[in-house]
Amino acid sequence: MFKSPQWQRRKEGFRRGWYKFSRNPVSVVGLFFVLLVSFLAAFAPYVAPYPEHAGRFVNFREASQPPSLRHLCGTDVFGRDILSRIFFGFRYSLMMGVVVLSLVVPPGVILGLIAGYYRGTWIETLIMRVTDIFLAVPPLILALAVCSVLTPSVFNAMMAISLMWWPWYTRLVYGLASSLKHEFFVQAAEVTGASKFHILFREILPNCVSSIFTKMSLDMGWVILIGSALSFVGLGAQPPTPDLGTMVADGAKYLPDQWWIAVFPALAIMITVLGFNLLGDGFRDLFALEEI
Amino acid sequence: MGDVLLDIRDLYVEFKVYEGKLKVLNGVFLSVREGQRVGLVGEAGCGKTTTMKCVLRILPSPPGRITEGEILFRGEDILQMPPRKVQLIRGRRISMIFQDPTAALNPVFTIGDQLMTVIRYGSRNSLPKKEIRQRAIKALQEVQLPDPERILASYPIQLSGGMRQRVCIAMALSTEPELLIADEPTTNLDVTIQDQVLRLLNALVERRNTSVIFITHSLGVVREMADWVYVMYAGNIIEGGPKEELFREPLHPYTRGLMRAVPKLTGGGIAEGVPGRIPDYLDPPSGCRFHPRCEHAMPRCSQEKPPFLPVTGEHRVACFLYQG
Amino acid sequence: MGILKFLAKRLVFSVFVLLGLSILIFLISRVLPGDPVRMALGPRAPEWAVQQLREQMHLDKPLPVQYYYWLSGALRGDLGQSLFTRRAVIDDIKEFLPATMELALFAGVIMAVFGILFGAIAGRYSNTWIDNVVRIFSYIGVVTPSFVFAILFLLLFGYLLGWFPTAGRLSPWIQRPPVITGMVTVDSLITGNWAALGDALWHMVLPAVALALGGMAQEARITRATISDNLKKDYIASAKGFGVPERLVMLKYLLKPSLIPTVSILGLDFASLLGNAFLVELIFNWPGFSRYGINAMLRKDLNAIAAVVMVLGVVFVTVNILVDLVVAWLDPRIRLGAERGK
Repeated sequence: MFKSPQWQRRKEGFRRGWYKFSRNPVSVVGLFFVLLVSFLAAFAPYVAPYPEHAGRFVNFREASQPPSLRHLCGTDVFGRDILSRIFFGFRYSLMMGVVVLSLVVPPGVILGLIAGYYRGTWIETLIMRVTDIFLAVPPLILALAVCSVLTPSVFNAMMAISLMWWPWYTRLVYGLASSLKHEFFVQAAEVTGASKFHILFREILPNCVSSIFTKMSLDMGWVILIGSALSFVGLGAQPPTPDLGTMVADGAKYLPDQWWIAVFPALAIMITVLGFNLLGDGFRDLFALEEI
Repeated sequence: MGDVLLDIRDLYVEFKVYEGKLKVLNGVFLSVREGQRVGLVGEAGCGKTTTMKCVLRILPSPPGRITEGEILFRGEDILQMPPRKVQLIRGRRISMIFQDPTAALNPVFTIGDQLMTVIRYGSRNSLPKKEIRQRAIKALQEVQLPDPERILASYPIQLSGGMRQRVCIAMALSTEPELLIADEPTTNLDVTIQDQVLRLLNALVERRNTSVIFITHSLGVVREMADWVYVMYAGNIIEGGPKEELFREPLHPYTRGLMRAVPKLTGGGIAEGVPGRIPDYLDPPSGCRFHPRCEHAMPRCSQEKPPFLPVTGEHRVACFLYQG
Repeated sequence: MGILKFLAKRLVFSVFVLLGLSILIFLISRVLPGDPVRMALGPRAPEWAVQQLREQMHLDKPLPVQYYYWLSGALRGDLGQSLFTRRAVIDDIKEFLPATMELALFAGVIMAVFGILFGAIAGRYSNTWIDNVVRIFSYIGVVTPSFVFAILFLLLFGYLLGWFPTAGRLSPWIQRPPVITGMVTVDSLITGNWAALGDALWHMVLPAVALALGGMAQEARITRATISDNLKKDYIASAKGFGVPERLVMLKYLLKPSLIPTVSILGLDFASLLGNAFLVELIFNWPGFSRYGINAMLRKDLNAIAAVVMVLGVVFVTVNILVDLVVAWLDPRIRLGAERGK
């Protein structure tokens, strides 16, 4: 199987793509941050200096220590090592991004494909007008509203964000599909009597993949940002979950004297979001996409 | 023929791109006399438009950069002039019609706004608004556009491709330039109106006795429009001379290939052309850039660049076949 | 005229969107688990009181009927009663909305003006050190949550340097202008109370800048990309080639077409700005609508939540209509109803 010409061609394409990608310093830096954050998240119990500080842990003798060699990012008011909690916080941030996107992308994309393909019919009208309604309110506010009627938790925050996020993919794919619809290869497939399923998923979808992929990479950052905002106001993750947004919110109470409690988790959010943003920009350049 | 109006000497241009430097122009020689109509022929991407943008100093820079050469306009080097002086040449003395009228007209301003701005800055003395408007209407009438008032108020998208190109011609001629550069003015038009626009352009420049550089990739158009021809290949002028002579006896192997590529009405209909493709500008062939495609290539061709020298009279060619 | 037809179409569409939004928010606020009336009255309230309030709020009727009552009330400006403050929600909104609008508009102007300015400069001088500085700052702006900016500003300029006040809209010693629009800056401008105007602006700087930075970075990135793209367009070369002065080419013939993509996303950026105002107001103790909204959400104050979302929907839709009008003014291709991109 790995010797087949198709596989060889794919390998060649991937190699060339990687070469182009690696020549762009921006995307390499992005990839580095993403890999670093993912590594720290995956091996948090092994790389964190005090893994037991992630949860409900109290040691008032070491409370509110400024950064030192013992605690590189200091400790919070309960005496927990902030660096360790940041490593565990990465887990929640990444999980939030991955879960939300995997919930959101399939329905968003499918609806977009259908609406784009049936452009000009009532199906398009129905799907796109519903999409417009979801896009008519700032996403953070709608997510906040949904969160507020549910019990605040990481799980519910993810549900709320997912509910708000699919329209963006519908709109993206809708635009792509409705222009691809008139391409020769799609019309050729139609003339030969291919099924609608084949046309949507085998002809149109593969040509949208690079755009969807790029948007997903950028969105990982946005979802993490919104998730941290939800936790920040107390409608997302609840203490003692080591969530970065919650940590910033807690730390904000002890400003300006114990600045490290808020500042380091904030920096951690920024590095994570920056990584995915740079990576997404790298993909956008790689695939030579204009919009998104 | 009159005095030399424009003289491009040994012009080199590079484009900086991510992968390195594209050596796009590689020593271009081209001159135009007063009242002369020069045809510049070459494949797409051989540097015709780039050369002409250098003449007006409107080459987007970065990425483009002129590294060497002179462009003498009535004996004065345009490349050495201060910007203010270049400003006075643009439009008033040299103007240009672009290949794609849709791209050359600003999509968010009316034709009137654009045409009147051109007239305002293209006239030697400052004109009152009313006068500018009248000249704009006259310019549109000259290119046979109906209802000029309405066209002045229109946006480019409200006009057809042919109308847009007429507008561009009107703009270029409204300032009565001494030299008109027409960059493939009909390539992007429907075949049915190409001929109309060409004839119109021809009549207008004939009446004014404007010197013209006519860029095209069609030998047929050159035969009709020009009295002097230059052939360009991969950033070099490789042959140039009076039209009759050049068509009667093309010298450079590339020119001969081009002539063969034109299907003849008599005899075998299949064009032979020139095998191969235009080379990569990132790493162009050494010596004569045509040598990898040339059937007469000699060892010398890959080592030295052939100079552009006269063979008979004013017929010049850059090829070692004719240079002992 | 094309523009009127365009506006009419846009208005009809907006009404439809708002109607849809009202259904959406109504569903969200009514399908929640738990009994809002019981929650509002507390566990010790007698059953008859709960029953009475439930009937009073039509919560005992089927959903479509409830929606009908709610919508017809909303259209008359009656958004129901807050389950906590026991005041009409509309009065709360009247009290708190102007402060937020003031902040958001101020931040929106900062966002648009500086975003376009920095982006245009970076695009004009692309691949120089200016461009790189702008690029680095836009990355920082894009990836930093606005509440982090707010905290950092509060820390740095509020506490450490003491240049700006850290909370509220006016200093206590300033004589308050009478409430006319509710926006302190506008009211003090109307009444000629210059001290109050200065003080209000001074209070607004930190929260507004913290709010604006994210969107500003986006605007700058987009403007930079379009400007540097459009610089290579033939119409710029052509205008220059006709001897039109460089300044006129740049400020007129380059800038206008380049503004279109930037302005088109201003609406979206304003939306996320409004969303972020929720967090920034909390940090700067800004007595605004967003803080009211957050408190309503934390207390599950259903009527208030629905009203807050609806009001923001109306604000957002209005802003989008304005944005669309500006885009249509900039871009004749839209105004004339032709297909874009041709």
